[in-house]
Formats: sequence, C-alpha cells, structure tokens
Amino acid sequence: MHSFGFRANAVLTFGITILALICAMASISDNFNSPRPSSEIQILNINWFQKQPHGNDEIEDFQVWDVVPICLFSPIDATAAMVSLTMNITADLQSLFTWNTKQVFVFVAAEYETPKNALNQVSLWDAIIPAKEHAKFWVQTANKYRFVDQGSNLRGKDFNLTLHWHVMPKTGKMFANKLVIPGYRLPEEYR
Amino acid sequence: MGWMGDTVDSIKSIQIRQLLAQGVSLGMIVTSALIIWKALMCFTGSESPVVVVLSGSMEPGFKRGDILFLHMSNDPIRTGEIVVFNVDGREIPIVHRVIKVHERQETGDVEVLTKGDNNYGDDRLLYAQGQLWLQRHHIMGRAVGFLPYVGWVTIIMTEKPIIKYILIGALGLLVITSKD
Repeated sequence: MHSFGFRANAVLTFGITILALICAMASISDNFNSPRPSSEIQILNINWFQKQPHGNDEIEDFQVWDVVPICLFSPIDATAAMVSLTMNITADLQSLFTWNTKQVFVFVAAEYETPKNALNQVSLWDAIIPAKEHAKFWVQTANKYRFVDQGSNLRGKDFNLTLHWHVMPKTGKMFANKLVIPGYRLPEEYR
Repeated sequence: MGWMGDTVDSIKSIQIRQLLAQGVSLGMIVTSALIIWKALMCFTGSESPVVVVLSGSMEPGFKRGDILFLHMSNDPIRTGEIVVFNVDGREIPIVHRVIKVHERQETGDVEVLTKGDNNYGDDRLLYAQGQLWLQRHHIMGRAVGFLPYVGWVTIIMTEKPIIKYILIGALGLLVITSKD
C-alpha cells in the first residue's frame, strides 16, 4: 500500500485528472465571453476580369502569377473565367480574445449563387492574428487566392463578402462565426 | 534485489482461480475501454472521434502532437471549417481547412477545396491524380476541439514500436504479479 509503485501511480492519476479538469474549465470559461467584433470591407478596384484560356471565370492578381503559366500551376476544369480585385479590410476583433485564446484565424470569402450551384463560397484572403494587440487592423490587399468560378457565371454577379473568424483556443472547444457584408457586384463585361 | 525475489516468489505461487479472476478483470477493463470508444464513435458520428496531428501544415494553430476532437453532423460543409479527410490511396487522414465550397442546386452535393494554414498552395497536389475537389464522402469529420501535446504518446508509440512492446510487457508483468 505504501510502495513506490502505488505512490507513483496515485500521483500520476491525480495529476492527470486535475490537468483534464483544468483544461475543461478553461474551455468552459470561453463561453462567458460575449464578443462584439466589427468589420468593414471595401473593394477598391477590380483589377482584372477575364476568361481563362480554359474557360473558367477567375478573378486574380496577375502580378503574382505571371511567372508561372496558369495551366501548369493548377489544373482548372475546362470552363472558367478570372477576376482580380483589391480590397480594403478593416476589422476590430479584439473582443474575441480571452485568456484561453491561442490565435484567431480570419478570412474573407466571397459568396454568390449561380444557376448550377446553390451556394459558392470562395476564400479570397486569410490571416492569422496571434495576439489581441494585432486584432484591430487595416489591410489593403489583392486577393490571395484565385477567385475562380465553376463556369462563366460571374459577369454582373452580385456577391456578399463575409468576414469569418475562427477562434483557436489553447485548449478545448473552438468557436467560429462570421459577419456577412452584402451588396458587391462584379462588372457586366470582361476587362 | 528483494523486489526481484518477491516477483519470482509470486510467479511461483500463482493459483489458477486467482489467475482466471485476474484475466476476467483485465478483460473487463479492455472491453469497457472499447465500449467507450464505440460510444464516442456513435456520439460524434465520425469513424475516428479523436485524431492526432502528424504534420506541421496547420501551424501555428495545430502543432505536431496535438489531438483533435472530431464531430460529424449532416450540416453542410462551409468554408473555414477544419475537416479531416481521406484521399483515395492514402491511408493517413489529413486535417486541413476548407477554403472553397461549391454546392449544387438540386442535389446539395458539395465540392470542396482545402488548404493547410501553413502551406503556400492548396491541397490539389495532395488529392488523387486528376482529382480537383473533395466530396462529402471523403470527409470524416470536423474538428471541434483540441488538446495540446497529448498526442505525442501516440506518435512515439507509432514511430518507435519498441516502446509499445516495453509498455505492454511491463503492464502484463504488473497484472501477473499484483496480489489483487
């Protein structure tokens, strides 16, 4: 009853139980935080709006891609067009941070509907916010990821820009939510 | 040395009934662990309710050795969710974030593109030859929670199987030599 083995076993079990309890409490404490994030996204300019050589509609910034031929970089299916846009993104996500937050992953996605697809969500830009000090930011950027449609449906298309955030804790449950900003529109013709 | 002598003595003095009783209680422990695992599978709706992160492609969010709790519901898959998926031909599931979703009008079928947070490009290079999108049946679950560092035990046991054998041997010895 008092051997080294028993004592070591008791200490380890107790230690692990307490650790698990603390992790659970840390995660539950996140529920008491009521965040009030805010954001604004402005599209400064549609740089490019072209039909791809293969056909898909795509919006993208050619300054990034023009070193690599598009067909080799990533095979897109046979009908696509391309768009490139520059955005101004302002956001204040400081209220999302609690003591149990490791980082917040934030990204902007374009949402729109086409005759073939009930919902299309295409992520345009993302960033990782490691700490509360960086959570209030202003960034002006071209879209990081290719804004491609499955087809050529983007002319004159209305779309929403949604700012999504994903709170990744130090331990426990992850939370995600979004802010939908409607009312953007693509030009009627390719240019 | 007294401990070794005691061990040898206790091995010599094993009775059949006691051995059987210990065998049954060991069996009970193993089966209750299995019951808990299967119940978790049912509860979370996912084939493997807990996975260990093996690569650094989701850093700094998920590091190698963290464990993720998965949940699969019939809710549609949307961008930003961290999903665990299997690619045909690869046995190890991959944990990445969804960056593009295209959902069909009539059927509700989705086509999904994923990317690791720490990777430069999307996952098309990881998909099977000629595959451009993931479908729902590839996805095993969504990550809903996580615990840091706990997965290192699994990684060590997988990469250095000798440690696994040593552990099982030691446990077996403990079971045989314990008086109750």
